[in-house]
This record gives sequence, C-alpha cells and structure tokens, in this order.
Amino acid sequence: MPTETAAEYVVAQARARSFYERYERKEDLQHQTHFCPGCGHGVVHKMIAKAIDDLGVQDRTIMVGPVGCGVFTYYYFDVGNVQAAHGRAPAVATAMKRSRPESIVISYQGDGDLSAIGSAEILHAANRGENITVIFVNNAIYSMTGGQAAPTTLLGMKSTTTPNGRNAATDGYPLHVSELLSTLQAPAYIERVGLGDNKQIAQTARAIKRGLENQVRGLGFSLIEVLSPCPTIWKLTPVEAQHWVRDVMEKEFRLGVFCDRTKERTEKADLRPADPGSSSHPSVGTPDLRPVTPNPALEELPRILGVAEEDLPEGNAAALADNKAIDLEVRIAGFGGQGVLLFGEVLAEAGLDAGLEVSWLPSYGPEMRSGTSNCHVRLSRQSIDSPLVTAPNVLVAMNEPSLRKFDKSVRADGWVIYNGQEFPADCVRDGVHVLALPFTELADELGDKRAANMVMLGALLEIAGALPQASIDDALRRLVKNPRWVELDERALARGRELYRESLVEV
Amino acid sequence: MTEANKPDQKQDRGQLRIDEEECKGCGLCIEACPPKVISMNERLNHYGYRTALYAGAGCTGCGICFIACPEPGAITVYRLVRAREVEARVANAAEGGASECASN
Repeated sequence: MPTETAAEYVVAQARARSFYERYERKEDLQHQTHFCPGCGHGVVHKMIAKAIDDLGVQDRTIMVGPVGCGVFTYYYFDVGNVQAAHGRAPAVATAMKRSRPESIVISYQGDGDLSAIGSAEILHAANRGENITVIFVNNAIYSMTGGQAAPTTLLGMKSTTTPNGRNAATDGYPLHVSELLSTLQAPAYIERVGLGDNKQIAQTARAIKRGLENQVRGLGFSLIEVLSPCPTIWKLTPVEAQHWVRDVMEKEFRLGVFCDRTKERTEKADLRPADPGSSSHPSVGTPDLRPVTPNPALEELPRILGVAEEDLPEGNAAALADNKAIDLEVRIAGFGGQGVLLFGEVLAEAGLDAGLEVSWLPSYGPEMRSGTSNCHVRLSRQSIDSPLVTAPNVLVAMNEPSLRKFDKSVRADGWVIYNGQEFPADCVRDGVHVLALPFTELADELGDKRAANMVMLGALLEIAGALPQASIDDALRRLVKNPRWVELDERALARGRELYRESLVEV
Repeated sequence: MTEANKPDQKQDRGQLRIDEEECKGCGLCIEACPPKVISMNERLNHYGYRTALYAGAGCTGCGICFIACPEPGAITVYRLVRAREVEARVANAAEGGASECASN
C-alpha cells in the first residue's frame, strides 16, 4: 500500500481534440451535432475523432464526406475536409491520397451512398487497393430522404418504397458489402462491427482505430462497416434501436473480420528494403502496392503539365491596343465534325495569348460526327463571371438548324455569321447584323471544305477587330499540328477577312 | 493519516459531468452505464429535451457512457488518481480505458 493518500480526479474521457469547439452550421445550437437523439453517426464520429487524436494525425487527415445524414463532417472535424458527390467519396479519396500521399484520407459513407449509387466507386477503390480508410455506416435504409429501401434493407423490412416489406423476388437480397469486397485480392483489412451493445461498441472503437492505423502504416485499403441505429426512420426509441442492431441486424450482417492481410503486408514491407530482388514470400496474389514511379511533388506538377511559368509562350499582349474595350460573347453552333469546338479554341487561345481573360465551354452530344455541337467563348479585359453565353453578341451558325436554335438570343447590335447563301427571311431582325455566305463552298475553293470554320473565324476576327494577328497565328500553330492544315487554315482565315471587307463594299 | 482519507474507500473511482446544453436525452448512456448511476432528468432543458442526470455518486469512471453517447462533448468522465500517478495517467489518458471496461 503506497503511503500517500492524496488523490484527485483527472479527465479520462472528454471531447476529442479533432472536433471543433463549436459547429458553425447555424446560428443557434452550435454546441450540438445535427444528428437525431440516439443516432449512430455521432458515436462513429466520436470514435474516428478519438482515433485521429490517438494516432496524432490530425494535421494531415483529410475527411471525405458523403451525401446523406453524414454530410456535415466538415462542420465537426477539425481536419482537412472535402465533400464528395453522392457515392463518389472513394474516387475523391483516391485523388486526395495519390496527390498527397503523406495525408491520412478517410472516406466516410452511408449505405445508400456506398452500396447503391457508389457501388462502382467502392468496388474499384478496393480492387485497386488504395491506401485509404473507408468508414461505412450501415443502417439498412435511406434515412435522410425519409426512409426508402437501400440495397442493405433487410428482407421483410418495411420502407416507403417497400411498404409491404422487402421481397427478394422483386427487390433482391440485402447486399453484404464486406463479404463482397473481401473476395478481392487488394484490400488489406475489412471488418464489420456494430453499435448494438457495450461490447460491440468497444469493438467498433478498436476496429476504427485499426482501420486508420493500417493507413498510417501504409498497408493498403481498409474498410470498417458499422451496423448503426437509425431510431427516427426505424420508428424505435434510441435504446430499442440499439437492441434492434444486436438482435435483428446482426443476424443478417454477421460481425467479424472478413479480410486481414496486414500481417503479411507488414512482413513484406520489412523484407523489401533488405532484399528487394528475391523475396522469400511469393508475390502471387499479393499486389505490390508501391507505385511504379514515385508520386511527383506538388511543386513539380506545373512543369509536368507544361504550364510552368517558364514554359508558357510569351504571348502578344503588347500588340493589343490599350484603350479598346473588349467584350466578346460568342456562340458557335453546328454539327459535330464541322470544327465548331476548334473554332472556339482558336479564338480563346488567341485571346489568352493577347493577355485577355477568356473562357471556352464546349457543349455537345455523345456523337463524334453529325450530332449537334456548340460552344461558348468569352473574351474580356475584365474577369469573367460565368463561361455561359446566353445572349451572344456574335452568333456563328454553321447550318440552318443551329441558326434557328440560337438566332433569337443574339443581342441588339450583335452579329450573326451564317453559313448559307440565303439568310432565312423569317430570321431577319432589326438591329442584328448579318453576314450570310456559302462558307462551305468558299472553303472548298481554297482546297478543302472542312476549312469552312476558319473562313468564318476570319470573318469574325475582321468584324471584332480585337485581336492582334500574331496572337491568332500563334494560337493556330499551337492547336493545329499538321503543317499542311496550318497553311490551309491561314489562307482560310485571310479569305474570311477579305470576304467581310468585300461585303462592306457591296453595301 | 486517517482511514477517511483513503481514496478507494470513501471517494468514488470516477466522476461524471453531463453538459445539459449538449445532451439530447437519447438515454443510451443510461442503458450503457454498468453501475446504473445515470437517470433521466424530470425537468426539460432550454431546448425541450429531458437530459441525462448523474446521481452524484457511484461512478466507477469506466467511460462506457462516454463512448455510447452520440454527442462529442455531452459527457466528460473523470477518474480518481493518486497524486503520484497523476502525471503518468494524464499522459496515458487517451489509451483504451473504455475498452478495458467494456468486456466486463
């Protein structure tokens, strides 16, 4: 018996440091989560925060939030936060982890998110063995939207979309995600745990910590599935809901470890540096998780992508007249294959070269040829608020359907450049200038009718008079690789300018 | 030194603090508490929830209520530590206390 008897109370369990002190989600109630009383999300949140604290990784953790009740992870966790589109958290997490390999990336997902709309993302992230941790909160229902059946809904369980209970004949069987993913070769660790009683809760805390620890040790993909109560949608009290997890849910979704390759991976990792050539562990079936080439550092990316400051072309900003206001909003429309997108690209690239703010937004159907295709281009001295061009000051219509689709949208005092000899009489509007010529035939005379887009661009440039010729030449050379086409396009542009000037003389 | 000062005879091994503003009254801590020393308050709090209420005695400091509770900071658990152990315990406070008790 120690001689001293003085004793004091010290904090044993308290709010984790990885939570914010207050949650900025609304004016009032900043000290409470948004979860219903008794919700399993809160418990899982606390376990994740505690594991982050314990592993000392708060400063390098990135939480990827889901769509569903768990969406507000960014209000609660004082770590890096991203919120992904429905079901796409594993894909976003993959990008986070690969671009910042030192980070600890957690994909937090519910069962609607992960096992329904996101079933492809989770399957392939697991199959690639991404070194991320997925926390899969399974409550067998879509809760946030009011209780529709999920892939995980139990047979016989009533939901708004299975009012008579889930029926295997029409709705299929509950999807066992942990078992499914454990058939893959890449995952490091997959365990299903529950929140059904004290014992299960304690095991859940251990499993979540282990899932994170695996990532810290670089062992690969870990998924922890947590059977979690939803008292509100299940229409049970919080305590009844907890018991339902243990007494009913667990019968369908067996708890346990379904896949554990952490030991062999640890040994393999230990062997690697000493004896990389002839590992005593045959590598059949155990993926080598080292990247083929080391991930580049963030600061190297501009150079790799060819956008480093020193690699960028000088540009011809100096050639641009200083005082001229420039605000071009162009809509170019035609069939796929007519060069609509290239038209826009050359225009935007030339604007960029001239030091302007530009945007280029393509909009086209899935067809490579003969589908409708159009693009929006904006050039301005001011920064551009939106790349959409809803009221163009120049419409380039490469055929009649495109003209009819967009001609009403052209602004007063704007221009329509139309590919056709006859401008349809019913499209004529006061205050809108028209240049209608058979550009396809005119291009054919130059050597190839496919150059019609460049003839039209030439006309547009002459009308706008905004861009230096040097910028256009440089843009064309950057975008068109084949010298024969560059030569033809240059002639086509010049011909376009000429045609516009000729049209002035005629008037 | 008197018998009355001996911690394990006169003082509870643990203490609880429940934040009435954060508690939503789900009752999971009441269900989880092994010595059953938490009950539901008869009175409603500011937000209209009946909240959990610690009886004020009998806590063992096991921490089960804390991990069963869905709110990050509604419950704080304290443990009685002899003076010379305090420093070491603080350093290890984060380590698995709750899990040890959970299997009881």
